[in-house]
Amino acid sequence: MSTATTHAAEHPAEHYPGGLMRWLTTTNHKDIGTMYLTFSLIMFFVGGLMILAVRAELFQPGLQLMRPEFFNQLIGVHALVMIFAALMPAATGFANWMLPLMIGAPDMALPRLNNWGFWLLPPAAILLTLPFTLALFGIGDGALATGWTFYAPLSVQGGMGVDFAILAVHILGISSIMGSINIIVTIFNMRAPGMTMMKLPLFAWGWLITAFLLIATLPVLAGAVTMLLTDRHFGTHFFDAAGGGDPILFQHLFWFFGHPEVYILLLPVWGLMPHVLSTFSRKPAYGYTAQVYSFIAIGLLSVVVWAHHFFTAGMPIPALVYFMFSTMAISIPLAVLFFCWIATMWKGAMTFETPMLFAVGFIVLFGIAGLTGLILADVAADAQYHHSYFVVAHFHYALFAGGIMGVMTGVYYWLPKWTGHMYSEKLGKLHFWLTVFSFNLTFIPQFFLGLAGMPRRIPDYALQFAEFNAISTLGAFVLGLSQLLFAWNIWCCVRGGPKVESRVWEGAEGLEWELSSPPPHHSWETQPTVK
Amino acid sequence: MARTPHHSLAGRQSRVYACACRTGRLALAPALLLPTVASAAYSFNFPEPVTPIARETLHIHNEFMLIITILFVVVFAIMIYSMIKHRKSIGHQPAKFVGPTGALQWFWALIPFAILLFIDFVLMGIPAVQAIINMEDTKTKADMVLKVTGMQWKWQYEYPVSGLKFISTLSTPRDQIANAEAKGEHYLLEVDKPVVLPVGKKVRILLTSTDVIHTWWVPQFGVKRDAIPGFLRETWVLIEKPGIYRGQCAELCGKDHGFMPVVVHAVPEPEYLAWLEAQKAEAKTAAGGADRTWSKDELVAEGKAVYEKVCAACHQPDGKGLPPAFPALAGSKVVNAPLLDMNGKVIKDSHVDRVLHGKAGTAMQAFSASLSDVELAAVITYERNSFGNQMGDMIQPAQIKSLR
Repeated sequence: MSTATTHAAEHPAEHYPGGLMRWLTTTNHKDIGTMYLTFSLIMFFVGGLMILAVRAELFQPGLQLMRPEFFNQLIGVHALVMIFAALMPAATGFANWMLPLMIGAPDMALPRLNNWGFWLLPPAAILLTLPFTLALFGIGDGALATGWTFYAPLSVQGGMGVDFAILAVHILGISSIMGSINIIVTIFNMRAPGMTMMKLPLFAWGWLITAFLLIATLPVLAGAVTMLLTDRHFGTHFFDAAGGGDPILFQHLFWFFGHPEVYILLLPVWGLMPHVLSTFSRKPAYGYTAQVYSFIAIGLLSVVVWAHHFFTAGMPIPALVYFMFSTMAISIPLAVLFFCWIATMWKGAMTFETPMLFAVGFIVLFGIAGLTGLILADVAADAQYHHSYFVVAHFHYALFAGGIMGVMTGVYYWLPKWTGHMYSEKLGKLHFWLTVFSFNLTFIPQFFLGLAGMPRRIPDYALQFAEFNAISTLGAFVLGLSQLLFAWNIWCCVRGGPKVESRVWEGAEGLEWELSSPPPHHSWETQPTVK
Repeated sequence: MARTPHHSLAGRQSRVYACACRTGRLALAPALLLPTVASAAYSFNFPEPVTPIARETLHIHNEFMLIITILFVVVFAIMIYSMIKHRKSIGHQPAKFVGPTGALQWFWALIPFAILLFIDFVLMGIPAVQAIINMEDTKTKADMVLKVTGMQWKWQYEYPVSGLKFISTLSTPRDQIANAEAKGEHYLLEVDKPVVLPVGKKVRILLTSTDVIHTWWVPQFGVKRDAIPGFLRETWVLIEKPGIYRGQCAELCGKDHGFMPVVVHAVPEPEYLAWLEAQKAEAKTAAGGADRTWSKDELVAEGKAVYEKVCAACHQPDGKGLPPAFPALAGSKVVNAPLLDMNGKVIKDSHVDRVLHGKAGTAMQAFSASLSDVELAAVITYERNSFGNQMGDMIQPAQIKSLR
């Protein structure tokens, strides 16, 4: 197997153009993976800056920095940027870099599609944020101001920012579907001989389910926003009761996509966790089969629970009971995953390098997301939690602690493999502790704000909410600033640092660790075999 | 919810506060890290419940918080134990197992899931279904109906039996929001005309909206229901204790979403009936005004008050608007155009047409449904003769009445 590793090193870059053209035309999975990850990191800071402006406004009661219209634009675009332009591309970047290495494939199955999939992202991000700039020049009234959920009829009423966002979502959706097709085809067709589906790395399994979910649900979102577009401009009345439509239809369509989207963001991370835990516990992953079936079960359940996002819209009792119980049912496969993660650590020989710290932090904080999610499923209690800051805190535990900290786990885990250099453990650990501390400082107060009755998406609030909001803003700024350490650590690691071995981590197992660090530009030109 | 000690319900509130702390700490232990300054209002749980549903919800919530706290502590205690005992640095040798082996291990591996199933579908599930049935039962023994209509960005309340109808808007002065003056005790949670309900009566609440989706929420009532344009939704409250209860719109509904509070005065029934009679008499007097001829100065004066309450949020107190979403009225082509056609009928897309019937697809709603003849006539006359507009004409309430 190791014979393949040195091959490309002997043939330097003459196969492909240099400079900008290299990146524009590349079909190499590593290059494309790097572009996805870089794009994701940039957009993470863009989305972060937006929400820091929001938190600054919320630091004290009263309107200090911005008008409510602008506030509404920031919260919605923050969510869209973080979900579609930061988290999803990060996961796709991981898949691009790691899947071929992990399953012994020379590249992704559809390399040109891969290139196109990436290069759709920057235009989409520009479309999404352009209305902010246009408004500065007096064109239009700014970006989407409806929250990321586009709820009709508010979105029918909105300005041209809504149209920009609809088109951006279409492009992002096309990109994601192409990425998903590529991943499914690669996993099904390009595994090394001997790697049966039940020997597939769990990261690949997680992504496989994600890819199917994307293909199943993104077209529904595309349909919903297209109906919105025609309601806005072409005289249809899908969501207008006066024309025989129904505003709640939009919510059904949106959340048919929106709920699986949560798992789309999380499944790649859940797939990654057993690799990291097993590496740093020096012990094989516990319950491989159980985890695979849990991924599948969660994938299937995720498309039949959507209406728990709008219990307060009113629906018949049987529907309420059904959506409540089906939502609660997700706790079972999710608990299987938690069980397997902890059982993987149990009786291992653990060390706590940065990736392991992030993995453990992920498990604990994501546990809070799961447990609060369980009680949110309760219809009666949901009447109090819904649309309050309790929900805001809940889904940030899911998507920041679950999603973004999961991505950070992956970055620290694989960065030495990608670059061939070790990052600074000192900075990494500092980044971890600052992130965990400030994340909780930001979001624990939001649970209490929600319970006390503060609705979400308001630019100004009653005086009784002042103290917790001030604490939350303080936490948010520390959280935002500590991410600069992350970027700095990555930058330094890319530029140089102590050389690492092929295996990087003592307990790492899998094909990817048999290639040199960094792997050659073209890897696995001779297929390895798995016994 | 109480912030200041001189609040009328202070004694009760502090008791709630104390009990809330206890549950809050159970729920999330890290909260202990937060400084509990005596003067600050740190509330860790739901505000005091005043309806059967809110009481039940608080009870369920506390129970669930306890359950998930126990789950959290047990699961992560096991994990932390492992992290301490199974470290490489203390020389622990890694085991090799990858799954349960033998009947006993399978038994112990499956036990947690049996417990979880029990928690989900029995311990939490059964009370939850009961709560749903109770919450959705709006009709049994309902004593009265209140119709709530959400509008950008105010609430309209209607008592269908007595025909009383009025709009309730934020009364916090703009200067307080702009930080130009000190904020009052009920900043953003105060209205010009609160809705009044009798205590001890089951009130069936019907909800709808004239524009976008709003959500009517009073935390102390434990109910939250969307107001959806073109549809009726319902919920119910039975307020057990007289008092002033405050809430807010909970669904993002446009720029002033944060500025449309709900304020409910719950009073004993005789007081409620007296209030209702007084309101009806007042409405009658106001309606009588529609039949007489008003002078232009009267209309302008009345119109200014209506404008500032209803229109200024979008078109701004100075009539300059917030273009392009909210057009200026100052110098507007729509305003500075003929009032009515030569037969005294409404001209399509004219000033009167816009005010009465709104503009589809925008925040400009049909005010014929929510304003009286006098208010409509007054505000139209005011707009035509203010902000530099000098049309000099006016429209009488009686004309509006005939144009409806």
